[in-house]
Amino acid sequence: MSTQVTTGLQVRKSVELTIDGKKVTAPEGSTLLDACRASGKEIPTLCFGDTITPKNACRVCMVELEGSRTLVPSCSRKVEAGMVVKTDTERTTHSRKLVLELLGSSVDLSLTKNVAKWNDNYDAEPSRFGAPSQHHGKRDDAITGHHHAPDGQTAETVHQPVKIDNALYVRDYSKCILCYQCVDACGEQWQNTFAITTAGRGFDARISTEFAVDLTDSACVYCGNCIQVCPTGALMFTSEYEMREAGTWREEEQTQTDTICPYCGVGCSLTLHVQDNTIVKVTSPSDHSVTHGNLCIKGRFGFQHVQNTD
Amino acid sequence: MDLKIASGSANTEERIAIDSLLGAPSETSHGAKRDETGLRVAHGGESLRKLRHLLLPTLHSVNDRVGYISRGAINYISQRLDVAPAEIYGVATFYALFDTNERPARQVHVCIDLACRAASGCTEETLPEGAIASPCLGTCERAPSVLVIESGVTVRQEVLAPATKTQIAELVAGKPAPAEQSIAQAAPQTPDPSLVLLSRIGVVDPLSIDDYVAHNGYAALRKAFAIGAEKVIDEVTASGLVGRGGAAFPTGRKWAAVASQRVKTRYLICNADESEPGTFKDRVLLEGDPFALIESMTIAAFATGSQHGYIYLRGEYPRALKNLNNAVEVARNKKYLGDNILGSGFNFDITIFRGAGAYICGEETAIFNSIEGYRGEPRNKPPFPVEVGLFGKPTVVNNVETLLNVLPIINNSGEKYASWGSTGSKGKKLFCVSGAVKKPGVYEVTFGVTLRQLIDLAGGLKSGSSMQAVLLGGAAGGFVGPQDLDLELTLEAAREAGTTLGSGVVMVLDQSVNMLDQLQRIAAFFRDESCGQCVPCRVGTVRQQEALARLVRSQSASDTAIDLQLLRDLGQVMRDASICGLGQTAHNAIDSALTRLKVFSA
Repeated sequence: MSTQVTTGLQVRKSVELTIDGKKVTAPEGSTLLDACRASGKEIPTLCFGDTITPKNACRVCMVELEGSRTLVPSCSRKVEAGMVVKTDTERTTHSRKLVLELLGSSVDLSLTKNVAKWNDNYDAEPSRFGAPSQHHGKRDDAITGHHHAPDGQTAETVHQPVKIDNALYVRDYSKCILCYQCVDACGEQWQNTFAITTAGRGFDARISTEFAVDLTDSACVYCGNCIQVCPTGALMFTSEYEMREAGTWREEEQTQTDTICPYCGVGCSLTLHVQDNTIVKVTSPSDHSVTHGNLCIKGRFGFQHVQNTD
Repeated sequence: MDLKIASGSANTEERIAIDSLLGAPSETSHGAKRDETGLRVAHGGESLRKLRHLLLPTLHSVNDRVGYISRGAINYISQRLDVAPAEIYGVATFYALFDTNERPARQVHVCIDLACRAASGCTEETLPEGAIASPCLGTCERAPSVLVIESGVTVRQEVLAPATKTQIAELVAGKPAPAEQSIAQAAPQTPDPSLVLLSRIGVVDPLSIDDYVAHNGYAALRKAFAIGAEKVIDEVTASGLVGRGGAAFPTGRKWAAVASQRVKTRYLICNADESEPGTFKDRVLLEGDPFALIESMTIAAFATGSQHGYIYLRGEYPRALKNLNNAVEVARNKKYLGDNILGSGFNFDITIFRGAGAYICGEETAIFNSIEGYRGEPRNKPPFPVEVGLFGKPTVVNNVETLLNVLPIINNSGEKYASWGSTGSKGKKLFCVSGAVKKPGVYEVTFGVTLRQLIDLAGGLKSGSSMQAVLLGGAAGGFVGPQDLDLELTLEAAREAGTTLGSGVVMVLDQSVNMLDQLQRIAAFFRDESCGQCVPCRVGTVRQQEALARLVRSQSASDTAIDLQLLRDLGQVMRDASICGLGQTAHNAIDSALTRLKVFSA
């Protein structure tokens, strides 16, 4: 089953598969998620980002694939001719609900997009695992292969204090779902800096510098490409963090203006987020064919001069 | 990549440990004292990145000599291998046998897992001061078990099993352990020449290749060379041999898949990361008949066209490590490994790779990451290892017992091997019988004996014991009850009965064992051993443990019902949506205890 589909100048083969009983075609090399979305299916994703190779760690996008014992992650599974896929079955619904509950009960998802809607759609009740545990150990000091026994009442969380160790951005790992995108963006997929890693194992796995040293002692170059890919607000501009703390962050009032970075000849695209005529943070369009949302410290953080009135 | 090295430099001991593996730094290396010229030479890049697979061995080297992995050590390794300090930290903190904080040189690991806690009642809470709780140490036939690791110029590793509380306290205080029991003690059927897999255990000197050859050693390899690679695969396929690590995949099919790859660089990995609680069969084979593994691996490599083999050995098996190290070295010296083996023109060599305390590294794709110097997180499948495995090349991963079965298959024939066993389960099988039986140990049987017959073979129940339950297949397996004694121990009968043989664990629990405590330990085990990559397993194993902790304390039927439903929900998402077998099986034993043993039913 192979037909030709022309996309731009490239000619890509396409494959035919069945999604929820309907035959569809999808370009070879695309994912089940692409194919499902193209045919109008709504599939939730959490750890998936459009500029990073899918890690399929969160398992919220699982679909049923005929012939597969387990569900398969649609974000990373490539289409194959003849696949028979179901996106809305008892098993997929159960998995999505449980993943939402497991994350919702252990991580602060208050800034993660669409979670409230999906919790509603899938009847997810994160609170059914018990009240959040209040005795939080230092997650950076966790001993691999050991843990404190549960108290028989509460549900353990990844709560820990916000890390504020530099002037440019904060790390609130209470909000981290461990999507690995920041590690991949910092490391081999984009920045090649390798300042951060996943440390520890199991529930104690956490994003960390070596020996959890402050960013200022780490290899971090403050490109902020980790903030760009973070889907949960765990990584945040200090400007945004401080405004949120002060209760002055009003996203609905902000404007977004695309421009070109003035610093060097590369000409990266910037999106300036402005509130009350002040730049409050800078992002970059992730669909840019050259920079894919990546910037350097100057483009990302060097905007104060614009506002300098002296 | 520009390395940014924070403060802290390696001390002399750490440098010696690292240089002993990587060689002394050249005058232009990072981390060396560089003169003016050296500083002007670009260093690093591709040539160093090819050495990343030396990361775990280097960490071992430091840990063995110094006892922990300091900032300075990580900085120096970083410079020598051109791997960022953060990445090394991520790898080092993945493994339970490593520590990145200073600690005493002497570490006394006391097994608190299923067989040992059933035997001694030793739990996390009742450990003697100074001892460290350890998951299953794989000496369940002599439970309770202790592993002492004392770092130093020559690292000391000692196993004491069974160990009394007094002995554990003495070990913590620094007293050397008495000599370990004989290898053959773990295989009560030996010596018996009619055994197929265990015939040499306790009979040959495991350190002598001449003794091995005198006991039919290397006959199969000669025959394999004579009949050719294709015929070897045909015989293995005809034998009906399936993997003995737990997943029961047809070995012949796996070999044929690798042999048919276009890519000619291929690897063979022997999975000796035997860490399933209750499992110790591979340990007995590795300790007692190491040359048989070398020979089997050479045949497997010849059949599949693999040029290099790895034995991924769990870090807690000191005697197996010693005997394997000797076997590989001796085999190499006697030209049974290396170029042109036995004049066949076939070249093959083996590297022994030590694990460092991570059950997940027994997962076949986690092994690849571990060997390659990354965190031992499982990879996505597809692509499957037979196409894209170690270093991205086609790779065969076989369990120790699986590989050893190849010898009788080639020595006799696939057909003869297939004549043993049942319709759906061919050949010989090792079972790890532990718990409340008179003669615990590894037993070799032909597929088809019943659970009752196997327990009788192990001397029957201890006097005064009455059976409460049997754990089949390990923590990832399931419980059966006294009513299931006539279960035929075949893959098909186990499947039919809704249970599994897994890695061959048969742990007999008598009336003295607290089943709720066992279940909680199983839940704790999976929580500790989850790699943390996917949500269903990372958080699901924690929620499962918490639900059990609530159930144990539950005072009301309605609370119990709620938590039982929660457990079922968790079981389903872990089974359906986890990346790998660890999460997919993390609810099995608990599920079986709920449904078969009805532990929480009034």
